[in-house]
Amino acid sequence: MINIFEVNETNKMITQENLDVRTITLGISLLDCVDSDLEKLNQNIYEKITGLAQNLVATGQEIEREYGIPIVNKRISVTPIALIGGNACKTEDDFVTIAKTLDRAAKEVGVNFIGGYSALVSKGMTKSDELLIRSIPKALADTERVCSSVNVGSTKCGLNMDAVRLMGEIVVTTATLTKEHDSIGCAKLVVFCNAPDDNPFMAGAFHGVTEADAIINVGVSGPGVVKTALEQVRGESFEVLCETIKKTAFKVTRVGQLVAQEASKRMNIPFGIIDLSLAPTPAVGDSVADILCEIGLEFAGAPGTTAALAMLNDQVKKGGVMASSYVGGLSGAFIPVSEDQGMIDAVKAGALTIEKLEAMTCVCSVGLDMIAIPGDTKPSTIAGIIADEAAIGMVNQKTTAVRVIPVIGKGVGEMVEFGGLLGYAPIVPVNPYSCEAFVNRKGRIPAPIHSFKN
Amino acid sequence: MKKTVITVVGKDAVGIIAKVCTYLADNNINILDISQTIVQGYFNMMMITDANHAVKSFREIAEEMEELGEKIGVSIRCQHEDIFNKMHRI
Repeated sequence: MINIFEVNETNKMITQENLDVRTITLGISLLDCVDSDLEKLNQNIYEKITGLAQNLVATGQEIEREYGIPIVNKRISVTPIALIGGNACKTEDDFVTIAKTLDRAAKEVGVNFIGGYSALVSKGMTKSDELLIRSIPKALADTERVCSSVNVGSTKCGLNMDAVRLMGEIVVTTATLTKEHDSIGCAKLVVFCNAPDDNPFMAGAFHGVTEADAIINVGVSGPGVVKTALEQVRGESFEVLCETIKKTAFKVTRVGQLVAQEASKRMNIPFGIIDLSLAPTPAVGDSVADILCEIGLEFAGAPGTTAALAMLNDQVKKGGVMASSYVGGLSGAFIPVSEDQGMIDAVKAGALTIEKLEAMTCVCSVGLDMIAIPGDTKPSTIAGIIADEAAIGMVNQKTTAVRVIPVIGKGVGEMVEFGGLLGYAPIVPVNPYSCEAFVNRKGRIPAPIHSFKN
Repeated sequence: MKKTVITVVGKDAVGIIAKVCTYLADNNINILDISQTIVQGYFNMMMITDANHAVKSFREIAEEMEELGEKIGVSIRCQHEDIFNKMHRI
């Protein structure tokens, strides 16, 4: 039988080290909602989401109560809307009506974000894809809870540079339309390479077309738990360090597995995957950067950061994989700037630059995440940043993403407040030299040689 | 049989166990195991119980025990044992 020390260890993780289940995300396929009549399409979408998700929040709260583990977010991801709206939407505004329907459905069932206002254009854009992408700024400005993502490349297809260039403009327009609120629209917009179909984390979650009608995906978290465990092994060898991270990741993931199984059983919806990511929040002690410091760096960004992060990411996966049979999504460690107090401190101290963050994304689970940049950054420069990040993903056969926020009206060193889980961030400088002639070339960058595996 | 783990943590005082056990008895909850220690003046107890024959729902019991804890100045948590088994047993 379980003993008092084990019970105390678990409860200490929950009460003192911020162990929580970061999100239960219900993935819903909207493929059967397609209709050529826009009004009917919107109605179908609203009814399907509110029907399937009506008990999501209540079920989450029930599980929280019975196991004593906080479940911070309950969210929904849907099929990329570019695929759903193609037949009915003739203009950008037609697509915006779908965004508003998603927002309304999210509010009705009580989830705080709904993801999937998305287009998958790694090789080319259909007319519908392009309309949706062009409607993103207005959709994000007119809604509160809708999240958007665009996949612009993959290891198999290469990089769609036309989409990359367009996304540079879209990011700036989104920032401009939401400039009254520190350009917060961009915090809900992710540009991917190799986007996973089953990611439970916002803002990049969508329900891939390879998925079943409805699934439950769960994202666990626990940077604070890993940090506390590492405090006990200061100065020990790498072997001890790795072993400690693995054991902790295992324990954290098992809790996620339990929550996922329970939610699946109670809602009668199949369980998809657990995402093992260490996802930080602005709360003190809930930081991935603090883990890097505990490993032995003065600040995140110091020489050695990439190696430390590579090791951390790998050990989290190795420990987590043992704990659940279905692991997916992004899995690893997130390194958003504004959502991580340790990262914010590192930027303020001048230890962490956007170039170092780019290097870190080669070995972490996602990419340049929640980074505030000057409001006068040119669309072509943002397209260049997206292209760099996507190239890293393409060549290394991993997911990468860009979520940068050009804060209109603010410059380097000023602070931006996004509020809540999105946190706050100092604006970091961006390389001022131009890449305009490069991103203005038309067409695609071909898939890398090692993608030819057949 | 699903078991419920009850933990009681707080400043030591006379009668904590008595009050918690009285509540459990009144609500037809059977105690299967108790461990208890005092660490630096702090009272720390874990009980494994069988609440399957209780009349009240898990939710009500958890809320009432929390209230009881507040009254006697300790923190009381009720959790299904699965969370601990999952984490500490392969």
